[in-house]
Amino acid sequence: MTRYAMVVDTRLCIGCGDCVIACKTENKVPDGLNRDWVMEATHGRYPHLGTEFRSERCNHCAHATCVQSCPTGASHYWGETNIVQVAPELCTGCKACIAACPYNARLIRPEGYIDKCTFCVHRVEQGLEPACVSTCPTRCMHFGVLDDANSEVSRLLASRDSYCLLPETGNEPQVYYLR
Amino acid sequence: MLEEVLATARFNPKIDPVLSIWDWRIAVYLFLGGITAGIMCFSAWAVLANKEQQAPFTYWRLSLWGPILLSLGMTTLFLDLEHKLYVFRFYTTFRPDSPMSCGAWILIFVYPAAIALILATLRQGYPLFASWVERIPMGGWLLGPLMDWAERYRRAIAAWNIPFGIALGIYTGILLSGFMARPFWNNAILGPLFLVSGLSTAAALVVVAAREPRERHLFTRIDVGLILTELAIVALLLLSLATGARMQQEALATLFGGDYTIAFWLWFVTLGLVLPLSLEARELSGRRVPYALLAPVLVLAGGYILRRVMLDIGLEVNWTQLATQFDPALLQRLHP
Repeated sequence: MTRYAMVVDTRLCIGCGDCVIACKTENKVPDGLNRDWVMEATHGRYPHLGTEFRSERCNHCAHATCVQSCPTGASHYWGETNIVQVAPELCTGCKACIAACPYNARLIRPEGYIDKCTFCVHRVEQGLEPACVSTCPTRCMHFGVLDDANSEVSRLLASRDSYCLLPETGNEPQVYYLR
Repeated sequence: MLEEVLATARFNPKIDPVLSIWDWRIAVYLFLGGITAGIMCFSAWAVLANKEQQAPFTYWRLSLWGPILLSLGMTTLFLDLEHKLYVFRFYTTFRPDSPMSCGAWILIFVYPAAIALILATLRQGYPLFASWVERIPMGGWLLGPLMDWAERYRRAIAAWNIPFGIALGIYTGILLSGFMARPFWNNAILGPLFLVSGLSTAAALVVVAAREPRERHLFTRIDVGLILTELAIVALLLLSLATGARMQQEALATLFGGDYTIAFWLWFVTLGLVLPLSLEARELSGRRVPYALLAPVLVLAGGYILRRVMLDIGLEVNWTQLATQFDPALLQRLHP
């Protein structure tokens, strides 16, 4: 499996939400629904507090429980990669994938099928970055192939301390956050 | 201290602020699936154990209700689907990793087995209905010979109903317990719990519907055993959660002082298990019990409440809790 990863530098992210707008525009996400969002995390003890912003979305897990739980194969990996896609023509809207996702990263389209971040695979196919990454005004978001040691994401993860969300689930999430 | 709040808006329907993807429709489906499993097991057991005299309703008439109740449950399941026209996709693939896919295919085997047992007992169980069926043009031509065949192989058909009934009953629990992302459900005990609850509700149905006092007494005795087993499994479930990971302990806290304390302890454990158990035990000891139907009706209600409570708690306890900075209560201050 070729692993694609997204790396978000929490030192550079200012929580402007442009990634959210870019996603909604690029993917025509209906009103009231969001494929990505920004979290503000405050840690420490007053007065020694620190704040970081995280642009979050589907983690495109290498061991995705949503893919495993889907009864029809609508949730599937794109080719031999970890990019998780949903095929609307196979989806019954049973919502098993939503129950199976520990990140609550999926949503229900008004048409009835289940939707989520696709890592803008239609752009990736053309050699472009996902819309959120290309729009980010602080250049805090990066995207690439993790298995390529020379890729930007590999070099960033090798040079900086990083974490991913809920690694204890065993889903092997592929969105990383630089501390 | 770590406080995480949403910096951008997010309010995906049925996902935020609390997961609410499944409601009463799935609870009804799980309940009716469980009771159908019990019906299949008991009607098959009556045939295999030659209980024709002791339990005539169970032997001849009970099996008819299995596919009817299951179909009602399938209807509520269908109503829950968001992309209804694509329901046929359940049967264009088989995915052994997915409990829901396995369940969809189990039903393919459950229906023929349950319907065959109906055909094997219809003439004696529902003579008027059977003769009407045989008189209608297609019915007489097709169902008559089928009923002859089913009656000839009644015991073999009954033997097939037991494993399929057990598989159906366990599946209703595994459907939920297969989700690792939901700590309250992710527990192997849920399968046996739902199976025993399904058997118990089916026994209660017999007590409600049977006319023979001897049969009602037999199934009251069976139900007492099943309720005691269910209580033991519930205790094991709580123990398993108490000794589980942090998320499972948090899930358990909802039952001890949390939002689901009353629903679980009062509605399910007390009214659905302990009260009917004491009423049935009193009846078996020969003492007079007011409102004889109260105990089985409570068992039936408890069976539904079990599914509903399990469903709701499982959805509420998540790995991810997205708190939002946006507080709608603050808007009220703008409107004097």
